Amino acid sequence: MTAVTITPLGSYRNERPYPFCPGCGHGPILDALDRALALRGAPADRVVVVSDIGCSGLSDQYFATSAFHGLHGRSITYATGIKLADPTLEVVVIMGDGGTGIGGAHLINAARRNVGITVLVMNNLNFGMTGGQHSTTTPEGAITSTTPGGNLERPLDICGTAAVNGAALAYRCTSFDDDLGERIAEAMAHPGFAVLDVWELCSAYYVRSNRFSRKGMEQTMEELGLRRGYAARRDVREFSAAYREAAAADAAGPVRPGDIPRTHRSGLDGRRTVVLAGAAGGRVLSAARAAARAAIASGLYAAQRDDYPVTVKTGHSVASLVVDPHPIDDVSARPDVVALLAPEGAARAARDAARLGPGGLLVAVPGLDPPPHAGRTVVLDTDAAGMRLAKADLALAATAAIAALESLFPLEALRDAVAGGPKGAERMVEVVGAGEAMAAAAGG
Amino acid sequence: MPSYIDGSTAIVLGALDAGCDFFAGYPITPASPILMALMRDLPRSGGVAVQGEDEIASIGMCIGASLAGARAMTATSGPGISLYSENLGLAVMGEVPLVVIDVQRLGPATGGATTVAQGDVQFVRWGTSGGYPIIALAPSTIAECYTLTMRAFDLAERFRCPVFVLTDKDLNLTMGTADVGAFPPAEVRARAVEEAPDAMYRYEPSDETTPMVRYGTGRPVRFTGSTHDEHAFITKDPARVGALNRHLIDKIEEHRDEIEMVDADLQDGAATLVVSYGSTAAVMRTAVRRARAAGAPVSMATVHSLWPVPETALVEAMAGVERVVVAELNPGLYAREIERIAAGREVRRLTRIDGEMLAPEEFQEALA
Repeated sequence: MTAVTITPLGSYRNERPYPFCPGCGHGPILDALDRALALRGAPADRVVVVSDIGCSGLSDQYFATSAFHGLHGRSITYATGIKLADPTLEVVVIMGDGGTGIGGAHLINAARRNVGITVLVMNNLNFGMTGGQHSTTTPEGAITSTTPGGNLERPLDICGTAAVNGAALAYRCTSFDDDLGERIAEAMAHPGFAVLDVWELCSAYYVRSNRFSRKGMEQTMEELGLRRGYAARRDVREFSAAYREAAAADAAGPVRPGDIPRTHRSGLDGRRTVVLAGAAGGRVLSAARAAARAAIASGLYAAQRDDYPVTVKTGHSVASLVVDPHPIDDVSARPDVVALLAPEGAARAARDAARLGPGGLLVAVPGLDPPPHAGRTVVLDTDAAGMRLAKADLALAATAAIAALESLFPLEALRDAVAGGPKGAERMVEVVGAGEAMAAAAGG
Repeated sequence: MPSYIDGSTAIVLGALDAGCDFFAGYPITPASPILMALMRDLPRSGGVAVQGEDEIASIGMCIGASLAGARAMTATSGPGISLYSENLGLAVMGEVPLVVIDVQRLGPATGGATTVAQGDVQFVRWGTSGGYPIIALAPSTIAECYTLTMRAFDLAERFRCPVFVLTDKDLNLTMGTADVGAFPPAEVRARAVEEAPDAMYRYEPSDETTPMVRYGTGRPVRFTGSTHDEHAFITKDPARVGALNRHLIDKIEEHRDEIEMVDADLQDGAATLVVSYGSTAAVMRTAVRRARAAGAPVSMATVHSLWPVPETALVEAMAGVERVVVAELNPGLYAREIERIAAGREVRRLTRIDGEMLAPEEFQEALA
């Protein structure tokens, strides 16, 4: 093997002195980061130091690099956005142990996602800036300003959490380590998400409250089973590279809405509002969509307001379809036709049915009791359909029947609309015919 | 040629045509169709779309991406705006171009996921600490969803701030007949880039919006959410802090004329002016048409730029009327702004908060 001598390109620090307390580990960690950046050698403007909140959040100000000082716990999210938008940037996050609590979800998901950012956790086991409160990493039994009787919570295993969730690299170390700069540089070079859990002393609080020292810290790490070293160092697909690879493999362009050419003619003289009231799974909304396309193909305007509960495969499914020879500004008009297709829809649309005027039409499938209303009632005669209609056919069949009974648009237009559909087109054309036959049987 | 689309699709088309190349969002009814469409289409147009682990991560990624040069957008509904709050403040403070689509649903809390409402109209303006201004646009038709989304991208570049497009469940999910090719596009300016070689980050203590420097383009650029000096180093110097915060206000407030958009349909001799926005405005246009057909002159103002309040256009529209009816799907939130500028005229609130759309007949009842 050839020995490679790496000559650091110089400092990435600016002239501003660190503001940290005597004995604080932050300075040595930032010195190590400076060494790592020199080892990496990227131009300063192409390095983005993303800092969190707390004493560690001051860190970006001591570098001559690009910087992002955001909100507490969110630094990983900003870094992710920066890296995804420009994967050629070197992005380093500096956060404290506090950030692993408030931003814990981001840490876990960044590990899982493996966007190529490097996170340095300045882990001094408590909140230093705000008065020495306990954090997610405070060891059990430790005295802090918010655990005066000793901490009862188990400390977070940062590296273990990142490792078990797929992080490319997770490494635990201390601010006293001589090779910290090299390890940071190595983490930055490693494809995917890297986190370094860097234990250090908070001389202002944790050291004083717990008679803590470098030796005590090392002993605590041993006792907790949070030993120094790699919890993960594996090959992963860096997310932004994988994303761009997948995008390049997709030859399709963005989806543009399909044009609906005018192929038919409608003699409709004014607005008609048709309420199709069925149940989830009854293809109610798609029947209304097909009718709308048929109307538009016949030179009309169409609009459609759907109503359904938050559940997907249960409950009512109601479409209010408006067709009009003139542009439709709003869909609030009183219904002219109400189709009751299933008990769920019938219950939901009872109010619409009651609002039907003397010229109104209520269409119902057999077995549903039409509620009292002022208009005409047609119970669809499924025996006249000429085919056996499944539940999922009823909405389209009723729509076809209504189009025939009300002369909304030619049935040929509806056949064309469903024939252009993605699946089961042949059967749907038949179902339109069934609707037409039922309309004829009803005297339409 | 016509096609059959909803407001969500028009927003997505507007975003793509505006050059949006970064989107991050989290699933929420009724905004999810925007997320799904952009997850599919952005990689196909050279951009990046991500589904974040939550709303906080999603807007955080957008802010980071914007600083790295992207035209970034996110979309959510009221509960998501709650989670955006802290980062909206960051985007205000750090002067980040960012488009936020808020497809309103009925609140408070989880409220009604699939029910229409307009309850976020004050929330988007005041939903982050400090009370500093943002911009909010409100389309009322499918075509306006397209145009105003593009306009939002332009205003985000012009003013370097979060720009909301405030829509609602009905506007986004109601299908309609639209000639997509005939949608009026809005001009979207390129991002202004700082040329001064010594300026790492810069704001002027003035009402001018200064150009940005993108990460990795030749000199280091700093960004911070803390009170900062001209180079984005943290400062508490009252002169600098005051100048910065005054700048965040003045850069928008002193340029209201560039933002104001009201569709004023006024009639001579009208005693009543209807003020509305979003899908409610569409219903009110029907109500006004009917009232006029019955022989009563009525004026109507559809507000397209909710924030800052388009006071000049609205005061003009109020000239000569005795009363203003403000129609909205909330407890009467925007009516407060109208009352503020109504100069003693009677302001009637026409509202619903039951998840139902107003009916044109309710306007007649409000006049009685």
